[in-house]
Amino acid sequence: MNWLEFSPEEWNAVRLSLKVAFWAMLVSLPLGVLTALLLARGRFWGKSILNGIVHLPLVMPPVVTGYLLLLTFGKRAPLGAFLADHFGLSFSFRWTGAALACGVMGFPLMVRAIRLSIEAVDRKLEAAASTLGASPFWVFLTITLPLAFPGIVAGMILSFAKAMGEFGATITFVSNIPGETQTLPSLIYTFTQVPGGDWGAMRLTLISIAISMVALVASETLARRVGQRMDVE
Amino acid sequence: MTIDVDIKHQLGSFPIEAKFKNDGRLTALFGASGSGKSSVINMIAGLIQPRMGRIAIDGRILVDTERGINVASHKRRVGYVFQEARLFPHLTVRQNLAFGQWFAPAKGRMTDTKRVIDLLGVGELLDRMPNLLSGGEKQRVAIGRALLSNPQLLLMDEPLASLDQARKAEILPYIERLRDETEVPVIYVSHSVAEIARLATDIVVIAEGRATASGTTAEIMQRLDLMPAEERDEAGTVLDMAVISHDREFDMTLLRSAVGDMRVPGHVGEIGNHVRLRLRARDIIVADRKPEGLSALNLLKGKIFSIDHSGALTDLKIDCAGTMIMARITRQSSAQLKLAAGMPVYAVVKTASIDAAGMVRGVRPSP
Repeated sequence: MNWLEFSPEEWNAVRLSLKVAFWAMLVSLPLGVLTALLLARGRFWGKSILNGIVHLPLVMPPVVTGYLLLLTFGKRAPLGAFLADHFGLSFSFRWTGAALACGVMGFPLMVRAIRLSIEAVDRKLEAAASTLGASPFWVFLTITLPLAFPGIVAGMILSFAKAMGEFGATITFVSNIPGETQTLPSLIYTFTQVPGGDWGAMRLTLISIAISMVALVASETLARRVGQRMDVE
Repeated sequence: MTIDVDIKHQLGSFPIEAKFKNDGRLTALFGASGSGKSSVINMIAGLIQPRMGRIAIDGRILVDTERGINVASHKRRVGYVFQEARLFPHLTVRQNLAFGQWFAPAKGRMTDTKRVIDLLGVGELLDRMPNLLSGGEKQRVAIGRALLSNPQLLLMDEPLASLDQARKAEILPYIERLRDETEVPVIYVSHSVAEIARLATDIVVIAEGRATASGTTAEIMQRLDLMPAEERDEAGTVLDMAVISHDREFDMTLLRSAVGDMRVPGHVGEIGNHVRLRLRARDIIVADRKPEGLSALNLLKGKIFSIDHSGALTDLKIDCAGTMIMARITRQSSAQLKLAAGMPVYAVVKTASIDAAGMVRGVRPSP
């Protein structure tokens, strides 16, 4: 058997995984930046509660997260029904649900990376920008955000990588439907459950490793290049 | 441009109470490290909010705690040059310079970019990133950036403190030009007598969180009691004198003011301009009659106005045609010469010890 010959089923899983991971990362990005900013700079009541909620998916069993998503965004759940009726946005047993599950699971990792890089931005530079006439909004946009850029990239990559590997929450929330919610890990799981599936599982595992490596190297390179350009005094 | 400050603040357990009103072109906030000078200008800039009080520039109120006014720092139009340049590391020099312009109100944006770039000599640096600049270059860009935000007032917080002597000497002339060639008044925080004697038109002395004295540079520099202990050796007389002529043969410059004529080495200033001299009190020799056979070229005739003994040293104020010249000699010499108030004496100035600092355009000569 030629090991480069992928079945349509396998191709679908790779394509779907990339799509799910991409959207999970992109949609959680603005929310992640906002949450990181609140946690890094905000002073408000309930900050530690917010911090706890953000980190929950990191410490809870993925099955629990998936089940909670099912209870919240499922067809019969109030929020799920509301979104489906008013925005045509349905999550249950669709790839969008897989993206939501992956986004939620990757969220704490993304927020952590961005939060650390925002905390590392020298507030003296922000004060300088403010004396030059920049309002807090513009200070954030022109100083804080660009200086935190390496951390934001790192957060995006972590979220993407987490989404590529997410299994437990996804399969609990949206099951394992070929062509719709069967991502790379789900298909690997399926292969391991059938006799003679070892070979397929191994090939997909290698692909999975390759994609993760490319993502990591890309993020390292990008972050280093940005870091060099503005080596702080 | 009048700046009016009257504030009370508590910084931890350290009380700050400053009250002064001033319209100098370059007003120095002068005091030892930790005296609260920086906190005062941080309050003017809006980076710290005072507990109580009022700050106004030309009648425009920035802070008035009684009326609940506290203008946000980005709306104050107060340029700030920090001790460390604080250039934005992700922007080129050109972008750093332009930063404040993006936010300055379009109306009244009269500061001409080219003029500021020329004034500070940063034309060569425009496309570089800040991490490739020397300390002195960074500070010049920081000054330009603050100026180009078109401020009503420029604050400088020990802008030379983090630089070595050579870099300081590189920046000083630019700050002099800033004072003499732009319309923006400057508040300059420093603990260095040498710096403020050279730069300031007016001085506010800050000690232990309080503004203890305020006046023209010449007035304040005579008050040895106001000088922090570690700077007392640098204290003395500041004279603004008119340039009369240049002597090519010996490369000397003749200066004149009411106090008399002075000769200083080198080609200093241009005829008709004023030059500022600083005569350190400890560099003055006192004679009870006109000395002869002495290498010193500058003799100022006067009368002893006051004598203060402290330990082994004696501080004299010598009244030379209405201007006080400070001299610091040993108590032993004072006793040998039997110095007493009212006695006519000569102040001998060793010419090579004089600090003559560039041109001081438009500054009134000392009376």
